[in-house]
Amino acid sequence: MSERARGPVFFAIMAALLAGVGLLQSWTLALAIVNLCLISSIMALGVNIQWGYAGLFNVGMMGFAAVGGVAAVIVSKDPVGEGWAAGGLNLFLTALCIVVTVAAALLLRARMAPGRVRNLSVAAVILVGYLLARAAFFPAVDAIEAVDPALAGYLGGLGLPIVVAWAVGGVMAAGVAWMIGKLTLGLRSDYLAIATLGISEILVFVAKNEDWLTRGVKNVTGLPRPVPYEVDLQTDQWFLDLCASLGADPVAFSSIFVAICYGLLFAAVLLLLLWLSERALNSPWGRMMRAIRDNEDAAEAMGKDVTYRRLQAFVLGSAVCGIAGAMLTTLDGQFTPGTYNPLRFTFLIWVMVIVGGSGNNWGSVLGGFLIWFVWIEAEPVGRGLMELITSGMAEGDPFAKRLTDSAAYMRFVLMGVILLVTLRFAPRGLLPEKARLGH
Amino acid sequence: MTDILNALVVLANFVLVPGASYGAQLALGALGITLAYGVLRFSNFAHGDTMAIGAMAVVLATWELQALGVSIDPLPTALLALPVGILACAALLLGTDRVIYRFYRTRRSAPVIFVIVSVGVMFIYSGLVRFVIGPEDQNFADGARFIISAGDFKRMTGLDEGLAIRASSVLTVAVALIVMGALFWFLQKTRMGKAMRAYADNEDLALLSGVNPDRVVTVTWLIIAALATVAGTLYGLDKTFKAFTYFQLLLPMFAAAIVGGIGNPIGAILGGFVIAYSEVGVTYAYKRFLGHLLPESLAPESLVQLLGTEYKFAVSFVILVVVLLVRPTGILRGKVV
Repeated sequence: MSERARGPVFFAIMAALLAGVGLLQSWTLALAIVNLCLISSIMALGVNIQWGYAGLFNVGMMGFAAVGGVAAVIVSKDPVGEGWAAGGLNLFLTALCIVVTVAAALLLRARMAPGRVRNLSVAAVILVGYLLARAAFFPAVDAIEAVDPALAGYLGGLGLPIVVAWAVGGVMAAGVAWMIGKLTLGLRSDYLAIATLGISEILVFVAKNEDWLTRGVKNVTGLPRPVPYEVDLQTDQWFLDLCASLGADPVAFSSIFVAICYGLLFAAVLLLLLWLSERALNSPWGRMMRAIRDNEDAAEAMGKDVTYRRLQAFVLGSAVCGIAGAMLTTLDGQFTPGTYNPLRFTFLIWVMVIVGGSGNNWGSVLGGFLIWFVWIEAEPVGRGLMELITSGMAEGDPFAKRLTDSAAYMRFVLMGVILLVTLRFAPRGLLPEKARLGH
Repeated sequence: MTDILNALVVLANFVLVPGASYGAQLALGALGITLAYGVLRFSNFAHGDTMAIGAMAVVLATWELQALGVSIDPLPTALLALPVGILACAALLLGTDRVIYRFYRTRRSAPVIFVIVSVGVMFIYSGLVRFVIGPEDQNFADGARFIISAGDFKRMTGLDEGLAIRASSVLTVAVALIVMGALFWFLQKTRMGKAMRAYADNEDLALLSGVNPDRVVTVTWLIIAALATVAGTLYGLDKTFKAFTYFQLLLPMFAAAIVGGIGNPIGAILGGFVIAYSEVGVTYAYKRFLGHLLPESLAPESLVQLLGTEYKFAVSFVILVVVLLVRPTGILRGKVV
């Protein structure tokens, strides 16, 4: 098959698979898969910006997705007035302490002559600032978390439309990524991997434990929706008219309609990001990034600031992951820090990018769709397979029960096999990066 | 005087003893990582799940032995099952190497490709563990629980504070010392160990001197299997066996290996204890310790805890980043491939 024809053919196969789910299982399920495919594709695009463009091995996507989820909470929930009244002042003092400490430390560093005296004074300033900040912070946290803990116990958010959170999630993830990138991007590739793995765990631990901000493992439920609610639709006259003209049952069709609304919003974001990514990839900037990826020394010799360019790619890719994380929390309608798992949120995305084709944005989108589809469908298929295997065994055989109960975990094995087979036999993925030889 | 003794006992009970056993477990894990890095030349992301696989085999064998009524009380039955676990783990690792890693080794692929490959292996191993034994906590510890319980200690010494020494802590440290001793004897004294060190130092020169690379790789995987199984079993005996916790150990173990100087076995052990004591020391609440030392008027009201226990991962991470920035080769100069 020619390289040109591959993309359309693979996407057509993907569409046929999804239609098959709609026909054989249910359209609600098919649309649910499509929506998560769209979000996965966006995360895969983010990884592709880092790995495909710049060759950065970042395994911290889970953390950036969690940052996006936090953004969804603090943008869309209504503020908890009592919480602010109880701890707002102390929290403000904490922030003030931190700002003053950082400023003083930087000032000392800049003004004093290098040497032991300078290091000790900077350390002393930081220690005093830390103690002061703690003194203000813990009373604030206790006061906020004491406010109606069953329902609130946190600060709430800004009460803005949740779609705003998608952009805010991107910006927040970019900010976090900038700080992390400053610290770690000088490292060799597999040290960067270990560092980002650690950061993502820490970010999720923060989301799980800082109850004043995110309610922690008590979860934030009932996030507002960007699309109408099913119950409202079922009473709306225009919707009932639409159902009548389509000959559909309003109750069943309302959930499909809601899923389609989400799908259209997500697809719009995906297309926008894909368009931007393609523009970036084909611009002089994209050429420079590839040059850095393929031959760092040569690029540096040409006067490119390699570390700074890597930081750019790292921040951009992480921002895209943050956007996807906020969208995912929006789709769930709740923020549940306990559900962030590195296999699902980080390594699965890597499988998508590698299988789709590193360096090719369309490949990442295809990988996002295909791998998410397989990840979801592996469970029913696996269970069916196990039932087939165990059908010959005696009823209530503990071994047979073990096999059917554990079928869900076979999808981990399946993902590993898919990744390894791709790396071995098609290392450039389903849609390889275009070879850009001299024109 | 008794105040000082009481304070020291509190510190020993909550920091020194738990830190020693956790440090020994991390050190054994970090040794496996550092050997893979030094000899096989890649960061093995599947190491945590390798430990889970080895420990799982031990758990299954232990259950089998317990069902047969075999017991070496007061020692845990799991010690008898260790060889079974090591064999199972070794068979799996050698099979993985033959089917997967060898292809990339002969092509001399970039280290980052190996890392991605090890991610694929990690998926398969973690799926296998969850498939065979399930994702829940599994209990397989038996034998004596305490060598000295807190109550006994108080009665023996007449102090207000008790020092509980758990059998699993002593066992962990003892087994770890034996394994480390055997490893160093092997690396320093035997022909194969010297060949391994030569191969790690300079592959081409080692090949020229007649070192058989396939044997070096095979022996390395065998040692990694033994280390991972022992580390996983000791951790499981000391805490609990759960598939996911082994993945979470990856970060502190990597931190230990890098902090000590990756590729350097002594560094891995040193790093394991540095990480363990930092984690325990920073997240311990010093209220009771200071309460004994300071006069009553100065006794602290707060917990005097630098960081909540839930942030213990942040400790290994911060140490890791600081070491990477200040001294990327680690405390004892390791090698950087």
